[in-house]
Amino acid sequence: MADDKDVLRDVWFGRIPTCFTLNQDEVTEREAEPYYLLLPRVSYLTLVTDKVKKHFLKVMRAEDVEEMWFEYEGTPLKWHYPIGVLFDLHASNNVLPWSITVHFKNFPDHDLLHCPSNSVIEAHFMSSIKEADALKHKSQVVNDMQKKDHKQLWMGLQNDKFDQFWAMNRKLMEYPTEDGGFRYIPFRIYQTMSDRPFIQKLFRPVSPEGSAHSLGDLLKEMYPDAITNDGEQKRYQVVIHGIEPLLETPLQWLSEHLSHPDNFLHICVIPLTHQPAG
Amino acid sequence: MPVSLLWAVDVYGRVYSLSTAGQQWEQCRDAQMEFKRVTAAQQCCWGIACDNNIYLNVHASDLPVRYQEETYENQRWNPVDGFSERLLPSDRWQWSDVTGLQHQPLDSFQLPSSSWEWEGDWYVDENFEGEPTEKGGWSYAIDFPATYTKDKKWNSCVRRRRWLRYRRYKAMDTWAKIPSQQTTLPDPFSDISCGGWEISEEPRGRLSLWAVSLQGKVWFRDGIYHHNPEGSLWEEVFLPGEVIQISCGPGDLVWAVLWEGQLIVREGISRDCPKGSSWAVVESPSPDVGAIHVAVGINVVWAVTKDNKVWFRRGVNSHNPCGSGWIGMVGEMITINVGLNDQVWAINCEDRAVYFRQGVTSSELSGKTWKAITVPRDGDRSHSSFSFLSTLDSAGCYFCGEVRAQSVVSDAESDTEKGSADGESIPGEGEVKAPCAGSALSPSQSGGPLDPQWSNVDLEEAQQAQTVAVQDTADTCSLSSVATYTLAMEDPYGADEHPLWAWVSGGGCSVDSHSQLNWFNFSMNTLVSSVQSMSLSVSPAQTAAWRRQIFEQLSERTKREMDNFRHYEQAVEQSVWVKKGTMQWWRDWKPHKWIDVHFALEQFSGPDGNKDGILFIYYNYYEEKKYLHAFINEVTILVPVLNDSKHTFAIYTPERTKQRWPIRLAAATELEMHDWLALLSVSCCDSRGIHGPPSKQAIWSITCKGDIFISEPSPGLEAMPYPTPCDQMFWRQVGGHLRVVECNSVGIVWGIGYDHTAWVHTGGYGGGFFQGLASSTDNIYTQTDVKSVYIYENQRWNPVTGYTNRYCTLLRLEFTKRVVSDWAIDYSVSGGTDREGWQFAADFPASYHGYKTMKDFVRRRRWARKCKLTTTGPWQEIPPIPLSDVTILPCTAQSSVDVIPVWAISNKGDVLCRLGVTALTPAGSSWLHVGTDQPFKSISIGAASQVWAIARDGSAFYRGSVSARSPAGDCWYHIPSPAKQKLKQVSVGRTSVYTVDENGNLWYRQGVTPSYPQGSSWEHISNNVRKVSVGPLDQVWIIADKVQGSHSLSCGTVCHRLGVQPVEPKGQSWDYGIGGGWDHITVRGNSVEPPRLRLPSLTDPSSRSPVPVRNTEVNGVGN
Repeated sequence: MADDKDVLRDVWFGRIPTCFTLNQDEVTEREAEPYYLLLPRVSYLTLVTDKVKKHFLKVMRAEDVEEMWFEYEGTPLKWHYPIGVLFDLHASNNVLPWSITVHFKNFPDHDLLHCPSNSVIEAHFMSSIKEADALKHKSQVVNDMQKKDHKQLWMGLQNDKFDQFWAMNRKLMEYPTEDGGFRYIPFRIYQTMSDRPFIQKLFRPVSPEGSAHSLGDLLKEMYPDAITNDGEQKRYQVVIHGIEPLLETPLQWLSEHLSHPDNFLHICVIPLTHQPAG
Repeated sequence: MPVSLLWAVDVYGRVYSLSTAGQQWEQCRDAQMEFKRVTAAQQCCWGIACDNNIYLNVHASDLPVRYQEETYENQRWNPVDGFSERLLPSDRWQWSDVTGLQHQPLDSFQLPSSSWEWEGDWYVDENFEGEPTEKGGWSYAIDFPATYTKDKKWNSCVRRRRWLRYRRYKAMDTWAKIPSQQTTLPDPFSDISCGGWEISEEPRGRLSLWAVSLQGKVWFRDGIYHHNPEGSLWEEVFLPGEVIQISCGPGDLVWAVLWEGQLIVREGISRDCPKGSSWAVVESPSPDVGAIHVAVGINVVWAVTKDNKVWFRRGVNSHNPCGSGWIGMVGEMITINVGLNDQVWAINCEDRAVYFRQGVTSSELSGKTWKAITVPRDGDRSHSSFSFLSTLDSAGCYFCGEVRAQSVVSDAESDTEKGSADGESIPGEGEVKAPCAGSALSPSQSGGPLDPQWSNVDLEEAQQAQTVAVQDTADTCSLSSVATYTLAMEDPYGADEHPLWAWVSGGGCSVDSHSQLNWFNFSMNTLVSSVQSMSLSVSPAQTAAWRRQIFEQLSERTKREMDNFRHYEQAVEQSVWVKKGTMQWWRDWKPHKWIDVHFALEQFSGPDGNKDGILFIYYNYYEEKKYLHAFINEVTILVPVLNDSKHTFAIYTPERTKQRWPIRLAAATELEMHDWLALLSVSCCDSRGIHGPPSKQAIWSITCKGDIFISEPSPGLEAMPYPTPCDQMFWRQVGGHLRVVECNSVGIVWGIGYDHTAWVHTGGYGGGFFQGLASSTDNIYTQTDVKSVYIYENQRWNPVTGYTNRYCTLLRLEFTKRVVSDWAIDYSVSGGTDREGWQFAADFPASYHGYKTMKDFVRRRRWARKCKLTTTGPWQEIPPIPLSDVTILPCTAQSSVDVIPVWAISNKGDVLCRLGVTALTPAGSSWLHVGTDQPFKSISIGAASQVWAIARDGSAFYRGSVSARSPAGDCWYHIPSPAKQKLKQVSVGRTSVYTVDENGNLWYRQGVTPSYPQGSSWEHISNNVRKVSVGPLDQVWIIADKVQGSHSLSCGTVCHRLGVQPVEPKGQSWDYGIGGGWDHITVRGNSVEPPRLRLPSLTDPSSRSPVPVRNTEVNGVGN
């Protein structure tokens, strides 16, 4: 008799065991030990890697250090995506711990945003929440909040305080019962092999006929290839928070329970590599 | 809130009921004829039909109505025949009643009416004063009348035995005619009113029924109670005038309206004299206009005068049934009715709709506004033929005698009477607008004969007319009605857009001003949408595949990504977080008293990622600052404590449990205490990694305050030889208020409140003062409970002061929020009372008895007051039968039993078997009644379906042949109780059977084997035991009194039997856990077999009882 509340907790406390190694090309005074850390799936790389930075700075000369950035198997990791999304998208089918390479020079300006301080992350996080609320409630809820309420959301994420965060975030998850859900579902669909960063369109939780839309309904409209038709071999995994919900799962429920703290439902569509059919 | 019904009769005499959960009037289709009036109680509805007979509709219940007939067979010994039916001429009859005065042969017993049937044939009662006789039920004596013994002695000259036969009331859920008396009543009834069920609880289901005849006489129906729903006879009540209408409230109020327009009030109604003794006259509210209608409740009287004005009587109560004055109310009504909780219903004189008085509370009995009930009738939408008929009616003008209602006495029956008695006066009061031919209706205008029986005649005409006019009379039955209603011209009969009501009765309708009703602002859309939202919320979404998939995959993800990496460092360090406050602390050193302290909770992340914390209590000791601390991860429980003046709670650790000396703290306000308790509870649960709902194995317990606690059993709890000490068990609270809780290992949990309401656990957690994330959202409901507060009145001292028992002072604080009844004398005191509730004794304090003797110099009586508590918790009510005990088959964890046996005892002692209980439907579907010859009080079912029960007389019974195929078994086997002891409670585990007697002894049943499940004898295990719970592993847990700790002594302590093994089911000694103040425990969910090590027993082989202490005044959690 599990409770839906437990889902929120599981989502929040999701951790990815990660091994940080310093890029071979960095100049060091002595050999850098790898650094092991449990990263919160719902947080951002640059927000939770102070310890990593400190660890590697110990073996480096100050003049060799520029802005820190991360790379996995040749792909620079965008800090402004939630950590869980990066992992699911790039590394989910590989062995754990997740092995991330740390760089201190040659910042890939065309791939990554700069992140000089936590206030940049905060600005990004808050703008996501506002965008999501614009979709859900025409911004009414977020605009009714006070400055300190916004701060509470951010501090909750930054300090990994589930209770603090959800005490405020639950307001963002409310909707009038007669509507049957939010106005639009804030979602983003990520794919590995695409030039587009992600798919984001307007999509309602309830069909004009009044029936609840499911995850499958969303994908059918946004990304039909992701759906396995009868008789076909499964080509894509649809992953949210490292799990594959059934396509009949109601979208509204997903948005309430499996959204990231930024209030978006981040969906990763990952191609399956099949053995060529013999 | 259990579903109950509002009854009403429309102007055509059709009877309808509206469920408090429903949204439409349901026609009572089995009514063979039209009704004039109905009057409802919760268990039944009475009505006067158009044949002027009184009909009774007893609502079907899982509890059958069975009546025990008994007669005694008497024999005398003579040297020739031995014992034989040859008696001496001076002896009693061979067949007689218990006194011997009444001749009662078996064939003299007849069924009282055709509504009854025999359950079986006569049989001999084998039980004699709680003991089996095994001698054909004979008991022996020297002579009649004398003391009987079950054994035959040398001087036994006479013997007797009791024969029993049951008859069952079969006319359930149908209108059954009350057989008319031998001496037929002089004239037919015109009004009827039932009530009086709150006057006395004995006999069970007692009702007063008052009736008015057409000639204005009043009759009282005697002898109505549960086992005799029809009552026995009519008694005439003498009157100061001619009555036209009467109303009887749930309590002792009875008012009637006289023909001349005054009102009369019955005085002298009491427990011993429900009929009352005399009448007092109250003038009509308006000097010019007489009253025509009155309705009374418990503390209210409403009246309607002939000009349709509504009046409320001020100052009415049980001591002053006449009240003090009238207040005019808004609204024009033709009739009014007061139901349960003094709620008011009325029928408006303009639109003939039923109105509900909103906002009636105990503090504002006159309410606020009238609100129309707008739900449709069940036939309104589907019966198109009906609307066709309506058009036909208006076109054909079958209806006539439309009368302007405004000035007429619009009450249907008084109208009728006037019509018959004084036909000429009608046009003066109400003008006949449209008399037309084919007058099938309205006898009052058709100038009916003056014969009082005219309405019958007219009715037959009416029915004939209708049969001619309409083919499908059964379906529509629209025209034939004896009620000569009056109708305003604005409401053309034919349209029938909304129902036109003639009568309403709320006596069975349990609503109050807080009830959520769907009766108002009805429209088709709301129905549709509410159906939709219903289907959303009650659909099996909880068990939907997608949800399961998410739960499963999340836990797989945790395994995959986290379980092997727990030693990794967390990316985000948790900071320390402190909450401070001030409180009072019951200081450790003597003299003990409350002192002001600063209180702080420091929280931080523990090494394993769980939150942890430390509690600090800063105090001054002789000007020196000191502090006391406790680690949150060592706290085993936080208990709200009963205290008469402060909001207190206690904090226990294993060490403090051993000492029997918790940290006691008092907060300034209740809110502050709840805040702290919620915060500390969350903190304790976090530090132990406990989240979410209780597991199926959980151990449940209840304190004497009604608070519910659960503990997750560790795997080693029942291990041998080193079980987890039970003072280390961690308990957390769940919302709700209960007296009894029982569970089993598939997660079915039932509770029983202090008011005997049955509740089922919804699988949620939290509620009560747990808010937000410490509580589940979708399965928390409002729960109410009613507890009685007692106070003793001692004769030589000031009244209503003097002794108070422990519970009394403790409960007053908690329940002051909603006192729901006034002080009343309590007659149900042990030892019995006299007619005024007094108990007598030689001196205070002493043992009291219920009759006065020469030696008694003091007397006392107990007053009770009911207090209602409203809280929230993961509980849903299982209406309608109130329970006193319940037991659930303790399945082993792997068991795939689909339907799970649940047995219960009703608060009246009936044995019940719940059908349809499964893990998915833990509330089950219905009750199956299991017959017994006497009321029972405790029941328990073991893992092999062995059912044991304790009767009220203290003897034990074993139920034979209970199995999945025969869930109720076949018969009871009487098991003698231990010598000179009356048993009180039983618990059956896998094989073990334990009982507790009224003197606190714990007994083990010896010699129980699969082939002989009744066992052979009782073996004494321990004393000072209050309650026992035996689990599916045969583990034995008790609530013990008088457990000595190193600092203090506790009563009501959880104890665990150590050394229980299959070869030694009695165990060896006790381990002491949380307490005191505990009332109840159940370990019947814990079926996890511990790893059993075969080691030589190291525990003390001598049996240890909880320390016997002579001190009689022992403090529980309370003080």
